Amino acid sequence: MIPVLASASPSFPVLPALVLTPLLGALLVILGPRRRPELLKLVAVLATMATGALTLWLLSAFDPGVDGFQFGSRHAWIEELGISWLFGIDGISLFLVALTGILFPIAILATDPGHDSRAYYAWMLVLEGGVMGVFASLDLVIFFLCFEIVLVPMYFLIGRWGHGNRTYAATKFFLYTMAGSALMLVGIVSLAFLHADATGGPLTFDLIAIAEAQSIAAETARWLFLAFALAFAVKVPIFPLHTWLPDAHTEAPTAGSVILAGVLLKLGTYGFLRFGLYLFPEATHHFAPVFLVLGVVGIVYGAVVATMQKDLKRLVAYSSVAHLGFIILGTFALNTEGIEGGLLQMVNHGISTGALFLLVGMIYERRHTHQIAELGGLQKSAPILAAVFTVVMLSSIGLPGLNGFVGEFLVLVGTFNAHRWYAVAAGGGVVLAALYLLWAYQRVFHGPAEGDNAEMPDLRLREGLVLTPLLALIVVLGIYPKPVIERMEPAVDALVEHVERHVDGFHEPTSRMGVDIVPEGGADSEEGR
Amino acid sequence: MFAQAGTVATPEVLWWALVPLLVLAGAAVLLLTVASLVRRLPEWLPAAWTIVAGLAVLVSVVPLWNEVRDDGARSFLAGAVGIDGSTLFVTALLAVAVVATALLSRAYLTREDLPGVEIYVLLLLSAAGGVVMASANDLIVLFLGLELLSIAVYVMAALHLRRIQSQEAALKYFVLGAFASAFLLYGIALVYGSTGSTGLARIAGYLSTTILLEDGMLLAGFGLLLVGLGFKVAAVPFHAWAPDVYQGAPTPVVAWMAAGVKAAGFAALLRVFVLTFGSWSGEWQPAVWGLAILTVLGGSIVAVVQTDVKRMLAYSSIAHAGFLLVGVQAASDRGTAAVLAYLGAYTLLACGSFAVVTVVGGTGDNRHDLDAYRGLGARRPWLAGAFAVLLLGQAGVPFTAGFVAKFGVIAAAAEGRSYALAGVAMVAAAVAAFVYLRILVAMYIEDGGPEDDTDATPWGPRIVITASVALVLFLGVVPGPLVDLARDAVPVLVGG
Repeated sequence: MIPVLASASPSFPVLPALVLTPLLGALLVILGPRRRPELLKLVAVLATMATGALTLWLLSAFDPGVDGFQFGSRHAWIEELGISWLFGIDGISLFLVALTGILFPIAILATDPGHDSRAYYAWMLVLEGGVMGVFASLDLVIFFLCFEIVLVPMYFLIGRWGHGNRTYAATKFFLYTMAGSALMLVGIVSLAFLHADATGGPLTFDLIAIAEAQSIAAETARWLFLAFALAFAVKVPIFPLHTWLPDAHTEAPTAGSVILAGVLLKLGTYGFLRFGLYLFPEATHHFAPVFLVLGVVGIVYGAVVATMQKDLKRLVAYSSVAHLGFIILGTFALNTEGIEGGLLQMVNHGISTGALFLLVGMIYERRHTHQIAELGGLQKSAPILAAVFTVVMLSSIGLPGLNGFVGEFLVLVGTFNAHRWYAVAAGGGVVLAALYLLWAYQRVFHGPAEGDNAEMPDLRLREGLVLTPLLALIVVLGIYPKPVIERMEPAVDALVEHVERHVDGFHEPTSRMGVDIVPEGGADSEEGR
Repeated sequence: MFAQAGTVATPEVLWWALVPLLVLAGAAVLLLTVASLVRRLPEWLPAAWTIVAGLAVLVSVVPLWNEVRDDGARSFLAGAVGIDGSTLFVTALLAVAVVATALLSRAYLTREDLPGVEIYVLLLLSAAGGVVMASANDLIVLFLGLELLSIAVYVMAALHLRRIQSQEAALKYFVLGAFASAFLLYGIALVYGSTGSTGLARIAGYLSTTILLEDGMLLAGFGLLLVGLGFKVAAVPFHAWAPDVYQGAPTPVVAWMAAGVKAAGFAALLRVFVLTFGSWSGEWQPAVWGLAILTVLGGSIVAVVQTDVKRMLAYSSIAHAGFLLVGVQAASDRGTAAVLAYLGAYTLLACGSFAVVTVVGGTGDNRHDLDAYRGLGARRPWLAGAFAVLLLGQAGVPFTAGFVAKFGVIAAAAEGRSYALAGVAMVAAAVAAFVYLRILVAMYIEDGGPEDDTDATPWGPRIVITASVALVLFLGVVPGPLVDLARDAVPVLVGG
C-alpha cells in the first residue's frame, strides 16, 4: 500500500554505518591520550575519511534510475510509540550526504583547535554523526533527534574555540535554533496521532507512510506545516530570522564556519524539501508566495548588507543569506528546474562558501584580523592564495563554467517559468553578488601591500592539498554537472508529481518550449571583469 | 494474625505487599533505637544501613512487580491501601533517591562536620511516607503519607545547624507546608461531604454513576486538593517556598526534595485526579491546564534571572513540575505513563545534578553562585563533563533521558488534542535551555573561579554522579526499558 524503500537493502547496513562511524571515532578520541593532539587528529581524520569513503561508495552504488529511497534499513527504537531507526536516501539526500562526507575531513585537516584538542575532535565527530542522521533518517522522531543534537556540538565548537564575542554568538545560535524547533516536535507528534486516527492504523512516525497517505485535513496540515516551517526557517535562515547567522559564522572557529555554512544551513533547506514539500504538499503550495517573497528579500538584503561589511568573514556570512535565498526561491518555485537548482545550489554553496571560509581562516591565521581595512595588496605576497581565492570567489558569484552558475541558473529558470518577476528581482541579486565579492577582493588583494601584509606567507603545501578537492569539485561540477543532475532528477520529478497529485488544480509550472536543463559544457571565461 | 473468632473483625492485610514500607519504616525505627542506645556508633554505619535498606526495597520491588503483573492490582486493609504497578514504580524511584541521598549525605556530613544519624532516620521515614502516598487507596491514608513525608523533610531542611539559611528554609517550608496540609485536609473533607466516602474506589464509583445536581462542594474539594498537592510538587502559584528552601537546605536534602518528594507528590496527583476523579476530568482538566502553563512558563522564565545555581535548579525543578502537569492534564493512560517515565528520568537528573552541586558547594555549603562554576571545565573536567550531560538532559536534548521524558508528555498532550499546552511547554523548554546554557558557559567558556577548589570528589557523590550520568545517557539511547516499565505501571483502582 505504501511504496516501500525501493532497492533491497544491501547486506551491509551502509546508512547506519554512516552515522555510527563518526560516533565511534568520537568515542576513540574521548578515550585517547589528552596530551597527544596529533594522535587525536589522526583518529579524527581517519574516522571522517572512512565516513567520506562510505559516501563515495554510496555515490557509485546509487542506482540513478530509481526514484524511491535506496539503501533502506529499519531497526525498532521505541516500539511502544512506533519509532524506529528508519534510514534511506534518494537523489535529494544523496549529494548532501556526499557533501557532508567530503567537507568534514577537509575541515578537520585544515585547522588545528589550538587547545583542548580532545573535546574539539570529539565534538566535530559527533556533529558529523548528527548531520548524517538528519540527511539519512526517514523517521520523523529520529530526524528531530538528529536535527536537535547537532546544536550541542556546534554550541561548544563556537563557544570554546571561537573568536571574540563567542559566548554571545554560541548562546544566540543555540537558543534561536532550539526555540525554532520547539514547535516542530509538537507538530511531529500531533501529525503522527492525527495520521493514526485518520487511518485507524497503529502509531507510526514513518515519513513515507505518512506522506503518501496524506490523511490530514488541509486546514490542519497548514498549521502543522507552519510548525515545521518555523524550525527550518530559523535553520536556513530565512530573512528575518537570520540574525543569529552572522554572529555564529563570524565568531566560530574556521572549521566551525565551514561546517556551519557548508552543511548545517542545508538542514533547513533539506527540511523544507523532505518534511515540507513531501509531507505537506498542499500547505507548501498554499504558503509558497510567502516564502518566494522572503527568498527574494533574503537575496537582495543579504547582498546589500554584505556589500556594507567591514569584516571579511561577516561579508562571507551575509553572502550565505543571499545564496540561501536562491535555494528557497528554487524550492518554492515548485517545478523540477527550481528544486533541482535549489539542490545543486545547496551542494555548490557548501563547496564554495566552505572554501571561502577556509581561505578567510588562512588569512586570519597569518594576519590575525578579519578587517578588510587592515588587509590589502595580499596578491603580491601570496599570489597562489590570491589565485585560489579568485576561483572560489568566481564560483560563489556564479560565473558560468564554475559550479555556482549551474544551480543559480536552474533556480532562475525554474522561478522564471513559475513566477516571472521574482526571477527578475533575484537576477538583480546575482549582479550584487558580483559587486560585493569583487569589491572585497579588490580591497583585500589589490593595491599596495604595507607592513605585515607585504610579508604574508603564501599557501603552504598542506593548505593547498586541503583546498584541492574543493577546487576540483568547483571546476568539475561547473563543466559537467550531468552525473549529479541525472541522479537528482528522478527523485525531484517524483516529488513534483507527488505535489501535483495531492494539490488540486496544481500543475508543474513549465515553459512552453520545455527547457533543456543541462547547461552547455565548456567555460566562457570572462564575464565579470 | 487474623482474628479467628471474636467481636472485632480485623481487615485482611497482604503482608508481602507491605514489604517495602516495612523495610523503610523498620530500618528507620531500628536505626533510631540503636543510635540512642549505643554511645559511639561507627560513622559509616547509619549511611550504610540506609543504603542497604534502600537497596533491599529496590530488590523487594522486583518479585512484587511480577506478582502484580501476573495477578493484577490488589487492595487490602479494608480497601485503604492498594498495590499496583504505579505504587511499585514510585517505590522503586523513592528507593533510588534514598540511596542517592544517603550517599550524598555521608560525604556532606563529614565535610560539614555535622553529627549524623538523624538525617538518615528522617530520610527513611520520609521515604516510608512517600511509599504510603503511592499506595494510598483512601484519602485519609494519602494524608497520613503526605504528613509523614513532609514533617520529616521539614526537619531535614533544618539539619545544617550552623547555617542560618538552613533554619530559615525549614521554617518557611514548615509554615507554608502546614498551610498546604490544611488545604488538602479541607479538600478531603469536602470531597467526603459530597461523595460520602474517603475511599478512592468508592469515590470513583460514586462519581461515575451519580449525577450531582449540586456539585459546588465537590468542585471546591477538587480545587482544595489541587492546591494542597500543587504545593507539594511546587506548581506555580504555590511554588513560592521552593527557591528559598532549595537555596537554604543542605544540598543532599534538596536532592531528596527534588527527586523523592516530587515523585510522591505526583504519584498522589495521579491517584487522586486521573484515577479517582477521572470521570470528572472535564471539570478539573482546565484547572490543571492553567496550572501547567503557569508552572512551565513561571519556572523557566524566572530561572533565567537567577545567579545562584541552587536557585536556578529550584526554578528548573518548578518547570519540570509544569511538564509533569502537562502529562497529568492529559488524563489518559498515555499521560499517566508519560508522567511516570518523566519521574524516572527526573529522579536521575535531579540526584545527579544536586550531587554535583553538593561537591562544588565546598565546605560550608556556600559556593553556589554562578561564579563558583567558572572554569570548572578546566579545573575538574570529569565533574564538569558530568554536569554538562545532566544539564543537557534537563534541557531535554536528544539522546538523554530528559528528551524521552519530554517526548512522552508532549505525545500525551498531542493525543489529548492539547496542542496549545504542548506548544507553550516546548517554548518554555527552549527558554529554560538558556538557564542550563548559562551554567555551561560559566563552566567551559569563562575562566577564573575559586582557585582553592581542588578537593577530590568524595566517593559517595562520585558514585551518584557516575551512575546517574550513565543511566541518563543509556536511557536516552535505549529508552525502551523506561518507557515499557512506565506503560506497565499505569495505576488501577481496586475496591476493597
